[in-house]
Amino acid sequence: MKMLGLSNKDTRFLLIVIALTLLTPIILQPFPEGSSLAQFNAGYPDLMQRFAIFGIFAIGFNILFGLTGYLSFGHAAFLGVGSYSVVWMYKLLGYNVVPGILLAIVVSGLFALLIGFISLRRSGIYFSILTLAFAQMSYNLAYSVLTPLTNGETGLQVYTNDAQVLMGAGAPNSPHFFGIVMNESSKLNLGGWEFTFNNGYYFCAIVAILVFYLSLRIFRSPFGLMLRAIKTNQTRLNYTGLNARPYTLAAFVISGMYAGLAGALMASMDPLAGAERMQWTASGEVVLMTILGGAGTLMGPILGAGFIKYFENIFSKINDQVLHGWFAFLPDGLENFIIGVSHFFVGKSWHLTLGLLFMLVVIFLPGGLVEGGQRIARAFRNRKSKDDGAQARTQPAE
Amino acid sequence: MGILEVKNVGKRFGGLQALSDVNLSVKENSVHAIIGPNGAGKSTLLNCFVGKLIPDTGSVMFNGQSVLGLKPYEINQMGISRVFQTPEIFSDLTVMENVMISCFARRDGSFRMHPFETVAHETDIVEQAEQMLEDVNMLDKRHMHAASMSRGDKRRLEMAMCLAQNPKLLLLDEPTAGMARADTNNTIDLLKEIKEKRDITMAIIEHDMHVVFSLAERITVLAQGTPLVEDTPENIKGHPKVKEAYLGEAA
Amino acid sequence: MDAIILQILNGLDKGSAYALIALGLTLIFGTLGVVNFAHGALFMIGAFVAVTLQRIFGLSYEEVDPDKTDFLGNPLVVDKPYVEKWFGADFGAWLIDWSVPLAIIAAIPVMLIVGFVMERGLIKHFYKRPHADQILVTFGLAIVLQELIKYFFGANPIQTGAPDAFAGSMDFGVLLGFDPNVIIYPYWRLVYFLFAALVIGGVFAFLQFTTFGMVVRAGMADRETVGLLGINIDKRFTLMFGLAAAVAGVAGVMYTPILAPNYHMGMDFLVLSFVVVVVGGMGSLPGAVAAGFLLGILQSFASMNEIKSLIPGIDQVIIYLVAILILLTRPRGLLGRAGVMED
Repeated sequence: MKMLGLSNKDTRFLLIVIALTLLTPIILQPFPEGSSLAQFNAGYPDLMQRFAIFGIFAIGFNILFGLTGYLSFGHAAFLGVGSYSVVWMYKLLGYNVVPGILLAIVVSGLFALLIGFISLRRSGIYFSILTLAFAQMSYNLAYSVLTPLTNGETGLQVYTNDAQVLMGAGAPNSPHFFGIVMNESSKLNLGGWEFTFNNGYYFCAIVAILVFYLSLRIFRSPFGLMLRAIKTNQTRLNYTGLNARPYTLAAFVISGMYAGLAGALMASMDPLAGAERMQWTASGEVVLMTILGGAGTLMGPILGAGFIKYFENIFSKINDQVLHGWFAFLPDGLENFIIGVSHFFVGKSWHLTLGLLFMLVVIFLPGGLVEGGQRIARAFRNRKSKDDGAQARTQPAE
Repeated sequence: MGILEVKNVGKRFGGLQALSDVNLSVKENSVHAIIGPNGAGKSTLLNCFVGKLIPDTGSVMFNGQSVLGLKPYEINQMGISRVFQTPEIFSDLTVMENVMISCFARRDGSFRMHPFETVAHETDIVEQAEQMLEDVNMLDKRHMHAASMSRGDKRRLEMAMCLAQNPKLLLLDEPTAGMARADTNNTIDLLKEIKEKRDITMAIIEHDMHVVFSLAERITVLAQGTPLVEDTPENIKGHPKVKEAYLGEAA
Repeated sequence: MDAIILQILNGLDKGSAYALIALGLTLIFGTLGVVNFAHGALFMIGAFVAVTLQRIFGLSYEEVDPDKTDFLGNPLVVDKPYVEKWFGADFGAWLIDWSVPLAIIAAIPVMLIVGFVMERGLIKHFYKRPHADQILVTFGLAIVLQELIKYFFGANPIQTGAPDAFAGSMDFGVLLGFDPNVIIYPYWRLVYFLFAALVIGGVFAFLQFTTFGMVVRAGMADRETVGLLGINIDKRFTLMFGLAAAVAGVAGVMYTPILAPNYHMGMDFLVLSFVVVVVGGMGSLPGAVAAGFLLGILQSFASMNEIKSLIPGIDQVIIYLVAILILLTRPRGLLGRAGVMED
């Protein structure tokens, strides 16, 4: 089964990703409403949109960091630029998201070209610091002198006296895609279960599938091969007659455009844009996602983004009451002790768990969750082949 | 007129005159060895050919064009490939991918954006790379990770990568350094075979006299940054100045 | 003229903090070759040592004050700190008042221990890993430390005052022969600058005049050779890490009256301190100090109204602009050695 210029394996992979993405509202809602486990459901529009959006952000970041090894700490700047572009298009033209998204991709691409052109004159930690400096500069400027463009601390939003010249009389009064309103959903009740199918989510999901396909093509292309070569050995690359600079710059711009697209989608779901989206903590978050999932792998960034956003949501909802509910069977002293310890990791302290997890991954599992999965699968296969009595020949470690 | 013409090259590092007044002419389709004791400036000279260093004085012409001031990748695109002392390969990639990169560099030049093509569908490149690997007897290892190979195989791979570009001049920087005798002999055989099959010029920097005398047609002896003699291997063997240079090092 | 002096003075305290943090960062980079993204967190921990000490001194019990009554006429219940009970009212009050400077005494051992644990427990295993991995793991550690502090101390800034003796401002201009009230400078900022100068001088003297310092400097220049001499360089480097942590810690302690400590102050300062290190030159101690003060002062000049009206927004970006310019034109930094991370 070959499709769209992909190999059998990749086609199957893409189809699985499409199926998972489209069925997310069902898959993430495994527990019936009202059951004690319903709090682990994640099938509501807001969260699912974030899965798709941050997935896009991380897929793009992975094209730069995963393939070339250049660690940017400034990608949030492009995210912010994307959001601002979209809100400006709302203000000037109207609530259709398409012009804004196109503008966001173009503007963030140009912005990435500028920043990349300068930053890529250096490599290693200097590159990281240059990108960080540019992003912080953008953030500071967005808060101060660029207020006419960004509306400063209030954030950019649509006001009733904005021009909105393309807005027809009957057009929806919130972001829409040719009349499909983003924040509308249809609900399906099935037994005890409730599934929400949200327009906004499906819009993001389809965009995410498209850009995932794009990144799959890049990974398999000669261009992707060159990017991986850059990560491995720049000396050899130079002495093989290849100029690394334009390749890395192209990767930087592409990943900047992905980030701009992610920012645009954020503003497409919720017509707001604020400078905090450009802060370096936001850049750090996409680094966390990519590494946690597995940098340089196709699936890693998506897994990482989903993992972080899911647990951010679930962990921060776990409060005392929930904990008491779980550990009620224990003797009081022990119960209180466990709850006390748990406090460090759940609720508002969820970032602590994230930080620890991230450290553990960097220390023990540099390939991220994907590598973890592969190890488990391998161990499982070995066990199985032993059980079958077949000769368990372990492959030499690579 | 040789394919590589070096005239009056001098290079200074602070207080050290690393090269002075180096004149050298490498004839097309010959194997030219540059030998000399440690610190004679062999590697410095080589670095002046490939764009890593720019000499203070003199000129380096390749095929009638100056290479001075050009970037390594530009010089490579002119037709000079280089083999390093410790093999420089793309160790995270497979053997096949390593060679394919060279094939792409030869076909597409120093940069070409082709994000939507698929490597596996580039049949001409795949064929070229497979042919190249067959030439160096590595076709069976094409799916191996380059990092997991033996040192001898890495050297062989590096050689294949250079040859895949079909260079006019191949520079070899101590290609057998740190190799066991058997590996060294294999490398010599490989180089001889390459020489027989192709129109290629080789310039070798080497310590190991066994390698030099098995391969070279001309030899330049470098001492203290300047050429002492240039002659055929037979004449170099008994040359008093050469003995002096090497004995001087030992004393 | 007076305006210029005022801006230089204004730049000094920020510059001092940058210099102190950058000093530790560059020391760690120079000796251990490690890029430590958790260094800002050490500065923050120091600040919270001061907060903790103030809270400990402030621990109080309730006591009925027979002399005072509340508005209903009942005897008034007042909170009395234990320290006043144990050490007498005067000395107790003095302790509370002086808790920030006194916190230095507590911060030094605390920070040394934190530094040792960090180095032995984590950083040690990353010497041979690529810089990107070091950045990532220390970034994770910074998040953990920051969240721990947030867990115990909350998300809001905690006001921590200087001793009353240094509470006001001085008329610095008069000393230099200007008119009164043109150069007003808070006492504590002056104290901070002098303190920073003392610490920086101490670190340099330590490295210059002790055998330990000599070995460390030799190690910074050429680690392998020193290792070959049979000197146990690792042990000394662990100590070095502790020292860098202590410097960042006391810098944090003394900064609390200038900036109310909050859990993200470490990250805020880290980004700037990294810029400072890069501008000064990776691994160069004098470079870190010079760049710290230079950038602090530049920043305060850029926030002058005259300059801001000339180039709007310059105060927000000046440090980054300088860093970008330096990195592009002189990648080794102002005082960096040639060849250190220059590509």
